Amino acid sequence: MKNVFGKMILAFFAVAMMSAVSPVDDGYKVGEQAADFSLKNVDGTMVSLKDYKGVNGYIVVFTCNTCPYALMYEDRIIALHNKYAPMGYPVVAINPNDPSVKPGDDFASMQARSKEKSYPFKYLFDDGQKVFPAFGATRTPHVYLLDANRYVRYIGAIDDNAQNPAEVTVNYLENAIAALKSGNNPDPSETKAIGCTIKVKS
Amino acid sequence: MVYAMLLIFSHFSFPPVGGEMNSFSSIEKDSLFIPVYTYDELKPLLSKDNDTTYVVNFWATWCTPCVQELPYFVELNMAYKNQAFKLILVSLDFKKDYIRKLQPFVVERSLESHVVVLEDNDSNYWIGDIDKTWSGSIPATMVFKGTKRAFYERTFHGPEELKEIVKPYLNL
Repeated sequence: MKNVFGKMILAFFAVAMMSAVSPVDDGYKVGEQAADFSLKNVDGTMVSLKDYKGVNGYIVVFTCNTCPYALMYEDRIIALHNKYAPMGYPVVAINPNDPSVKPGDDFASMQARSKEKSYPFKYLFDDGQKVFPAFGATRTPHVYLLDANRYVRYIGAIDDNAQNPAEVTVNYLENAIAALKSGNNPDPSETKAIGCTIKVKS
Repeated sequence: MVYAMLLIFSHFSFPPVGGEMNSFSSIEKDSLFIPVYTYDELKPLLSKDNDTTYVVNFWATWCTPCVQELPYFVELNMAYKNQAFKLILVSLDFKKDYIRKLQPFVVERSLESHVVVLEDNDSNYWIGDIDKTWSGSIPATMVFKGTKRAFYERTFHGPEELKEIVKPYLNL
C-alpha cells in the first residue's frame, strides 16, 4: 500500500516536472498581452517596458552580438529605432543567449558592441533566460511588435531579405507598424525567417 | 573527392559563354560544384514515395551548433550505409560564402554526395511549407520515410540521440 502511494507521488512529480519544462514555442501569440520584465541595460540600469513614457508601442527585438543574421540586421535595427522612436515605437533589444554557451554574448561584450556601434536603443541582457521563453522567441533576430498596452500585434522577421537590404521587397515590420498607426491589424501578423538558435545550456 | 575533382574539371573544360561580359561572379558560379536549388527545386527531395529513410539536416557553416552536430550525422550515415538510408545536408550558407567557405568545408569533410544549397529569399513561405512548427532557427532536422515524418527544431548532442529517432524508421 505504501509502495503504491509512493508511486503515485512519483507519478505526480513526473507530471508536474513535465509541465514545468514547457517547450519554448509556447510563448505569446499575436493578440496576447506580454508581461512586463525588468532586465539590465548595457548602461547598468534596470529597464522595464513601463519605464518608457508616452509610447505607442515597442519593437522588441531578440538579437545578439554573435549571430551572423543578427549582425546583418544590426544597421537596420539602428535605423528602425532612429525612424520609429520619434513616432513612439522605440526598439527594445534583448540578448537572450547564455554567455556560458556563446562567450561573445556576455554582458561586457554587449556593452562593447553597443558602444562601438552607438546603439541609440536599450540593449538588455536576459540574464537567467526567463524573458525569451515567455515571449516564445526561438532565434536571433526575432521581432515582437507590441502596442502601447503590451499586446503582441506582430511576430517575426524585419523584412524579406537578410543578406541584401537593397533587394528587400517586403518590409514586414514597417508595414506592421504602419498598420498599427492607422488602427489596423498587421497583415501578415506573423512571418518566418532563418536565424540562429538561441543558445541555452543543454 | 575524385568525383568532386572530375566535376570541377568538367566545368573548366566547358568555359562559360558570354566572353568579357561574364564577370567574376559567373566564373565563381561555374567553379561551384555543389548544387544550388530554389525551394521549388529542393521540394521533391523532401518527400519520396519509397522505402528509403531520409534524414535532412538544415545547417550552415556560420552556425556553430550546426557544425558541432554535423559529425553525428556523418556517423549516422556510416552506421546505416548498408541500409536504405540517405543523408541530405541542406546548406543555408550566404551566397558570398559558397566558394570561399562552404565548398572548402564540404571537400575537407568529404560531404560532396550529401550537400545541397537552398537559395531562396522567400523563407517566410518555405520554412512553414517544410514544417509548420519550424520557426526558422537552425540547426533543424527532418526524418521521413514514405508518409511518416518528424521534424526537430533542435540541436543533437551525440550520435546516439540521432540514432534513437532514426532507428524506428529503418524498421518500418
